[in-house]
Amino acid sequence: MSARDWLLADSPASRWQASAGRAYRVAAALMRNPLSVLGGAIILVLLLTALLAPWIAPYSATGQNLSARLLPPSAAHWMGTDELGRDIFSRVIWGSQITLTIVLLVALISAPLGLLVGAVSGYFGGWADRVLMGITDIFLSLPKLILALAFVAALGPGINNAIIAIAITSWPAYARIARAETLTIRNAEYIQAVRLAGGGPIRVIVQHILPLCTSSMIIRVTLDMAGVILTAAGLGFIGLGAQPPLPEWGAMISRGRTFILDQWWVATMPGFAIIIVSLGFCFLGDGLRDVLDPKSEGRS
Amino acid sequence: MVEAKCEGSSLRKRVILRCQVLVSIEGFFVNLEQPTAAATPLPGSSGRRLRRGAGTALSFAVTLFLTFIGLLAITFFIGRVIPIDPVLAVVGDRATQAVYDAAKAEMGLDQPLPAQFLNYVGKVLTGDLGRSVSTGRPVIEDLSRFFPATFEMATLGILIGVALGVPLGVTAAARQGSWLDQAIRVVGLLGYSVPAFWLGLVGLAVFYARLRWVGGPGRLDIFYDGLVSPVTGMILIDSLLAGETDIFLNAVTHLVLPASVLGFFSLAYIARMTRSFMLDQLSQEFVITARVKGVPERVVIWRHAFNPIRVPLITVIGLSYAGLLEGSVMIETVFSWPGIGNYLTTALLNADMNAVLGSTLVIGAVFIVINKVSDVLYRLLDPRAR
Repeated sequence: MSARDWLLADSPASRWQASAGRAYRVAAALMRNPLSVLGGAIILVLLLTALLAPWIAPYSATGQNLSARLLPPSAAHWMGTDELGRDIFSRVIWGSQITLTIVLLVALISAPLGLLVGAVSGYFGGWADRVLMGITDIFLSLPKLILALAFVAALGPGINNAIIAIAITSWPAYARIARAETLTIRNAEYIQAVRLAGGGPIRVIVQHILPLCTSSMIIRVTLDMAGVILTAAGLGFIGLGAQPPLPEWGAMISRGRTFILDQWWVATMPGFAIIIVSLGFCFLGDGLRDVLDPKSEGRS
Repeated sequence: MVEAKCEGSSLRKRVILRCQVLVSIEGFFVNLEQPTAAATPLPGSSGRRLRRGAGTALSFAVTLFLTFIGLLAITFFIGRVIPIDPVLAVVGDRATQAVYDAAKAEMGLDQPLPAQFLNYVGKVLTGDLGRSVSTGRPVIEDLSRFFPATFEMATLGILIGVALGVPLGVTAAARQGSWLDQAIRVVGLLGYSVPAFWLGLVGLAVFYARLRWVGGPGRLDIFYDGLVSPVTGMILIDSLLAGETDIFLNAVTHLVLPASVLGFFSLAYIARMTRSFMLDQLSQEFVITARVKGVPERVVIWRHAFNPIRVPLITVIGLSYAGLLEGSVMIETVFSWPGIGNYLTTALLNADMNAVLGSTLVIGAVFIVINKVSDVLYRLLDPRAR
């Protein structure tokens, strides 16, 4: 029996085999879509760049060299240098760590929070549902970026506060999705079986409802990552996100603003990094949606 | 916000789809040219319709009210609760205890939180948003001076977005799978992945610095500045009212770039949504019927398929318009545009909380109103909901 047969077995012998088989099917379906392969490759490159930054980056991210100020792109400096003689290519590479940290932390804070609020609200219904969804709706009908700005203004500028502010404004969408999913499965027979067997609400929600919400959550989170990157870069651009000398892409664009008319590369290069990474998340998210949620195929 | 819409609309779409299958069979005999007109109301008496209308109005008012209270609660929370001590922020940390207590009492911070909140709501309702630390004027006065510039830019942006986005989306759907469809898809995705402020900067570098096609940052060239007395606050209208054509033309060259950048983002979103609505319609049976009957393809697309999607498109355009007001925050910083976004960012950097919260309130309120109104319009205009 080959590994492939074992993965695609119709009657898996263990829970582990079943989930491995499912992962294999999803991956195989993703591989058939060239755009999602491209998206996956971009994310992979981002991960590798962030992990290997100390070895890849040809120069230091913060080391200044005032004799090499504002040099145009060349063989020695692929993306040119900025106003303090720092190599922009190296800074973009180091910046990938910051971007990845922001994206991961926002996802880790807001997705579980949204899942929990949505599942509780959908499972219990009644007043809990009305109150929680009322709060969610209010957050949803407010402009995200403005709210994030106001939160950061109150908390004080900095990358941690930027992450908190973005997470605060992005959980409501996940709560909506989790609630919708919970409503469709809350009265399923297997849930009633668990309840009959004496499973309390916590056990039902955590072990039997949340796992079923994860696939739609993964799609949503991946698609939202582009927006998170843009918001974080925007906060950095305004000067409320990562503070200098951190090589955050948005903050780098903001520094390059002064030189945009004569030294165009200072501001444009980090922008390309933002666009490529955001596009990567969009492609991967689109592909994941087609695979995991065939209902909405071709909708966008 | 968009997320909620998508989720809601997918449900709504399912209902619509089901109705349309019925309608299209009926429409086959009754009225082929106007598929929407053939949408006879599903079982339901006029009494029920009336009750539903009243219910809609009431629930609209209630949700609008609650959302406003929510917005106020959030700004209140940000302003009074998050800073460790708002009194210290005002008097400084070297003030004596007596000064501190006096300031605290004067700011109303010695009262319990609910009382403070009621006080705050009352103040906001009477238009008192406090005084801006950096300009020294009442925030409400500043906002009314800065808002028209933003409004002007966002309105031109949405006009560009609709004028280009809707035809692009329709074309993409009509030629699904062609290279044109792919190109429009890429434009749509770029709208989600290009930072607005970056596009603005690149636009300035290319079209202003290199090509000299457009005016630079600001609303007017310096030597035209202040020549037209503000009536509406919108420079295009004011200069025409004053009969100053060259100022009008100058304002256009300054406005066209930021508005186009905003327009690009609404175009991307509108084209994407138009395409998916059109694909839904083009797979309907009444479209096949029309094609079989020999109706020219242009008429099939622009009348049979396009007419039914006008209603959901209104919602999309409304959402996109609200989004532009938000997006203008970034754009205005880049273009030194004296709008509400620029005011907000300046206030943010000066820790001018009254101005920050005032701008947040105004942008939030406009956002909410546009949102809810487009939602209500959807229900009012959709023949199936009547």
